[in-house]
Amino acid sequence: MSGGNTNTESMSVFSPRLATRFDALVKKYPVKRSALVPMLLYAQDEVGYLSDAVIAEVAARIGISELDVRNVATYYSMLRFKPAGRYNIQVCTNISCMLRGAYDLYERFQEELGIGHKGITKDGVFSLEEVECIGACCWAPAIQVNYDFHDDLTPEHVPGILKDYRGREQADGRPVHA
Amino acid sequence: MPDVTFTVDGKTLTAPAGTLLIDACRKAGIEIPAFCYYPGLSLQAACRMCVVRQEKVPKLQTACTTTVAEGQVFVTESPEIAQARKATIQLLLGNHPLDCPVCDAGGECELQDMTFKYGAGESLYAEAKHHRDEQQWSPAVFYDRPRCILCYRCVRICGEGMDVWALGVQNRGASSVIAPNEDNQLDCEQCGMCIDVCPVGALTSGSYRYKTRPWEMNHVSTVCTHCGDGCKVTLGVRQDNEGSEIVRADNRDKSGINGDFLCAKGRFGFDFVENPERLTKPLVRNAAGRLEPATWDHALRYAAGKLTEIRHAGGGAAIGVIGSNRTTNEENYLLQKFARTVLGTNNIDHVRSTDYAAFARALAGSPGATAGLREIGSAPAILLIGGDPTNEHPLLAWHIRTNVRLNRARLYIANSRPIKLDRQAKATQEIPANGYNDLAAFLAGDSEFSKAVQAEASLVVLFGEEFRGPAVESLIAWGLKRGPNPDSVRFACLGDYANSRGAADMGLLPDRLPGYVPLSSPGAFSEYPNLSTAPGMTLPSMLDAARGGRLGALLVVGANPVLRFGVDPAVLKNSFVVVQDLFLTETAALADVVFPAVSLYEKSGSVTNAFGDVQLVRKAADRAGTKSDFEILVRLAGGMGVDVSTLVPFGKRGTTGDLGQSRGAQTGEADRHSIWLEANGLEPKLSPFDPLATLDEIIRLVPGYALDRVNLVSGNDVRTEPGVAHGFVPAAALTQPDLVTPSHDTLFTSGTVGRYSRGLTELDRHQALEMAETAAD
Amino acid sequence: MPKLVSHPDEVKIVTQRFGQGAAHIDRYIELGGYEAVKKCIAQGPEWIINEMKASNLRGRGGAGFSTGMKWSFVPKQSAKPKYVLVNGDESEPGTCKDHLIFLHDPHAVIEGTIIAGLAIGAKTGFIYLRGEYRYLLEIVEKAVADAYERGFLGRNIFGSENEFEIITQSGAGAYEVGEESALMESLEGKRGVPRIKPPFPAVVGLYGGPTIINNAETIATVPHVITMGAEAYSAVGTPRNGGTRLFGLSGHIARPGVYELPMGYNLKKMIYEVGGGVRGGRQLKAVVPGGSSTPVLLPEEIETLGMDFDQVGKAGSMLGSGGVVVIDDQTCIVEFALRTISFYQHESCGWCIPCREGTDWLKKSLTRFHAGFGAASDIDNMQYLAENMLGRTFCPLGDAAAMPTIAFLKKFRKEFEDHLDGKPCPFAKHVELAVV
Repeated sequence: MSGGNTNTESMSVFSPRLATRFDALVKKYPVKRSALVPMLLYAQDEVGYLSDAVIAEVAARIGISELDVRNVATYYSMLRFKPAGRYNIQVCTNISCMLRGAYDLYERFQEELGIGHKGITKDGVFSLEEVECIGACCWAPAIQVNYDFHDDLTPEHVPGILKDYRGREQADGRPVHA
Repeated sequence: MPDVTFTVDGKTLTAPAGTLLIDACRKAGIEIPAFCYYPGLSLQAACRMCVVRQEKVPKLQTACTTTVAEGQVFVTESPEIAQARKATIQLLLGNHPLDCPVCDAGGECELQDMTFKYGAGESLYAEAKHHRDEQQWSPAVFYDRPRCILCYRCVRICGEGMDVWALGVQNRGASSVIAPNEDNQLDCEQCGMCIDVCPVGALTSGSYRYKTRPWEMNHVSTVCTHCGDGCKVTLGVRQDNEGSEIVRADNRDKSGINGDFLCAKGRFGFDFVENPERLTKPLVRNAAGRLEPATWDHALRYAAGKLTEIRHAGGGAAIGVIGSNRTTNEENYLLQKFARTVLGTNNIDHVRSTDYAAFARALAGSPGATAGLREIGSAPAILLIGGDPTNEHPLLAWHIRTNVRLNRARLYIANSRPIKLDRQAKATQEIPANGYNDLAAFLAGDSEFSKAVQAEASLVVLFGEEFRGPAVESLIAWGLKRGPNPDSVRFACLGDYANSRGAADMGLLPDRLPGYVPLSSPGAFSEYPNLSTAPGMTLPSMLDAARGGRLGALLVVGANPVLRFGVDPAVLKNSFVVVQDLFLTETAALADVVFPAVSLYEKSGSVTNAFGDVQLVRKAADRAGTKSDFEILVRLAGGMGVDVSTLVPFGKRGTTGDLGQSRGAQTGEADRHSIWLEANGLEPKLSPFDPLATLDEIIRLVPGYALDRVNLVSGNDVRTEPGVAHGFVPAAALTQPDLVTPSHDTLFTSGTVGRYSRGLTELDRHQALEMAETAAD
Repeated sequence: MPKLVSHPDEVKIVTQRFGQGAAHIDRYIELGGYEAVKKCIAQGPEWIINEMKASNLRGRGGAGFSTGMKWSFVPKQSAKPKYVLVNGDESEPGTCKDHLIFLHDPHAVIEGTIIAGLAIGAKTGFIYLRGEYRYLLEIVEKAVADAYERGFLGRNIFGSENEFEIITQSGAGAYEVGEESALMESLEGKRGVPRIKPPFPAVVGLYGGPTIINNAETIATVPHVITMGAEAYSAVGTPRNGGTRLFGLSGHIARPGVYELPMGYNLKKMIYEVGGGVRGGRQLKAVVPGGSSTPVLLPEEIETLGMDFDQVGKAGSMLGSGGVVVIDDQTCIVEFALRTISFYQHESCGWCIPCREGTDWLKKSLTRFHAGFGAASDIDNMQYLAENMLGRTFCPLGDAAAMPTIAFLKKFRKEFEDHLDGKPCPFAKHVELAVV
């Protein structure tokens, strides 16, 4: 009735490094299930999003149903079920940032990238998201590109930020998740 | 917990300390509204409808999470509280569609009722409502998110109640949805409990949706035909061209032995009665050898004439009778009386699903040692041997799970294979498939498992078809050794269908009279004219006799022995075969006369479940052209020249009139009429087709069936222990192992009848598909 | 990198090691770190709890409950393990103080956690950081690893008989998880929906064991309280409001930043002197004193307002998380209210009806209202809605949405009315907000 029993050793959708990390993670807590939320986030960091295969493997590793994993995963706003860009730009527009021009910044990102909320650029390099407070209120307006903070921004910073990440993308030349 | 005294709305109440305020109030008749609270399920405090004011507490408190303590003072209705509840409803109605006129729940919707009660009639909401398309999760379950108020009852009944965990909550905030376990599909037991507990029209039933309005139905409380648990089921019935049609089955009558519970078969398996293949005209085999429709009069006359002829020619010994697991006690009683006194034969049997005769014999002289189904919900310890209640006895499984969950009952399982209830078990013991015969010895031994079972002060032992004849006796002997205290051990023997137990209890046995009374010392049954004391043939022997050309006639009522015993059609070609059934079954197809019978849902009488709980079945629907097995038998007897008043004690011999209970949907006029008759000192005239007259005879004659009639006709379940209480020791029962042929039905099959249920076959197919997908994953 | 600020009025207790490389364990020790915990090991649990009580340290998460009292509720004997849980799920808009603590002084959090564990008899502590703080989690994880290496964590910590483990944990985006019981749910791998109380966490908490949950700032303060002594610490603040507070000045302020000021510091002074006044020399329109859930205050309400739990409460608002958001006279309050309520709509866990439906309704109404399609009745309706959410929800999130809404509507009713009859928003820059 519940999901299949993925053999976590031979059929992992994760890199050996991450799989090893997960093996350790489930042993870290008094209760295995405590590993669920971080595991989902780390899995997303590597795979790009929570695919069905990711959910199935996480369920098998924790020993709960896929439904249970989905119930939890859909609760947390950082977790996604569709691919994002290689660099996911998250613009905080909450009050402290809004008062200091976050919407102008957000609009500039939209213009420069040609995409809107939760859009992905055609080349898969960038995606854009308007997000809630990211805890950088005193250095507003602030954004996160994946996990990197950029603060005290003006719309004029936007082209430079994009150029910088595009450069990194070319430098490390990995295929993008899409 | 000691009792505490507290005050609610100025009334002094007493309840055990720690009782939830909402329960204490409801028990005292103080209604506290709630969407999310559901007795027996985990607490949510999510709907905020049950808010009350507690003295000295600053905020309103939820009655569903407040436990009562000495001296507390509560107010449950005040302008402040009414306002809070009204506002909550207003908030809900913000996104809830007001499609009540087309909503299945309209008229029986808790949100509607609360809106009415708290007067949230004015809409403050001017925004667009969230819309999501309706989803079909299975043939049985549809989900309409906009109507969902997120009370989580469905999630809990599925997880905590059913131990299936097929529903979850996904997303958050206003985007929250209830989600099924597969990709928009439900892979589950399809019990429909989620639909039943839904307070609004968010979860609707595939078989019922958009069919009718609740107030257009009559609701008839009767008993499910599909398994031996005997759940009370409420049938929603509507008039149609063919008579009346069952459009819904649910468990709104929560007073039954099943409480809240109903499984897929009970809820969706009623539709076999509407199957287009249903027989509505008698069939008689013509000169060309084909069955063709005939009038009732002709068919009855023909069958009666042939039976009379064969009885004259070869005596009763040349006639065999096979009864049913699904007909009423009254019909079964009448059938054996008809066989023994009219046909003059003890050649009577039924398709036995378990060895009730051995059960009765083993328990003879030990009153109080059988367990009713209700007791499974409160027994401190249960030993379950063999079987798979989750599939074969869903209500039993429900009671076991509930008892383990709420009362921490200890469940011990001995089985030759893993079963789902293992999850609730305190200990499990794997035994070889052929090891049941040695189990009594094992239990008496000193394994860890046996010692744990032995240490239980009070034990209910459940077993089924794996135990036959001497194995039943040795198991029960092991149990009875536990001591004289009737609480120390109680047994239940599990059979398959609605009246499998009743078939055996009513003497559809070649060597037993009703109540397992031996033919050799018939006692009260001496009043039967022409009763022979020689045991008759068992079902397999009858088939052997037919094969050998020694069976002149065979009367089959509501059974399909040709399929069950794999009978070669040629075997019956020399016998005159009369079949009473709903469909042209494999057996009926070989008959010379087929009478179209009514189902359990279209007749009245009583049935006895596997646990010996007797319940009244009530006529819910009508099918033009059909007759009850009871009436067919009486008419056959009449046709054979018998004074039917010797068969059915109707008229002046009847002790009690039918006060209309048996007429179900058609109550009203008849009730008032008979009450008027009684009030004027006039005896209501019973018809010879009134089964309740036979119930009186059962009560009078059948040992162990001296039932509390008033309690029974009021719709309660009444305990019986045939063959146990009155101290006689029956002779050894016939113990050929092939006498017991269990059906091993699943959640979606129900013998021959189940094949004619579209609802069940669709669910079976859906689940087979889900299973295949899961396996392929 | 977040900019550090300073002002002469600051009393640097919690922030004293900021900007000095104290994330490195050696530097932390050099600056007096891990002395407090040694003292605590020597003195024992009762002494620690008494010190905490005497310090008048009150919870920095926002509710302001006495830390010492909270710790004293944990039963001494327990069949199940006890836990210390550090709430670093800093998510209240306007608040970024814990961000700096994790960045500059992670060992203070570790040391405070160990002390809390000693006080209640717990052997395991969890430090939970919001998922967005990944770089801070890495800093904390490094600090924890270093502490293990030095024998400050694990068995026989600091050579004593005591053992203490710390497990770090990442969230994945959910404001609601900042609620203590929702935090425990999240840490147990579940949806971040709060639990029914009672039982309270001090009795039945994480994994069913007695648990104390403290804000990261509270925990980081603990070693300083021990080092300074309760009396000295308490003396810094106002009566029943011991010590300092990390105030985050943000919004239209000239010198935004996190300032450590004594409890009870005057709000007006905080804005005009510490923060350098309203940015660009504009007029102050309003101020949100303690994170977005606290009712907005008007300029006339802050004249003599001392920033401690009791005084701000008396003024009809709350000290909350200490996030002071300054709003200038060019700001549309309707838009501000909309952005505030949009957040709570997005973050409502959806468990209970009044919060789930109320926040959604308010957001929709305010969106329409701000777009110029409001009706006069909307103002009363919104107030009615918010008032009927207040105190009726399963957890405080409903209140967090309702309280500021009521304040905006009451204190700026005129401005709401100015949006009626198709009049354009007097401050309009953005007609419609993107849906988050």
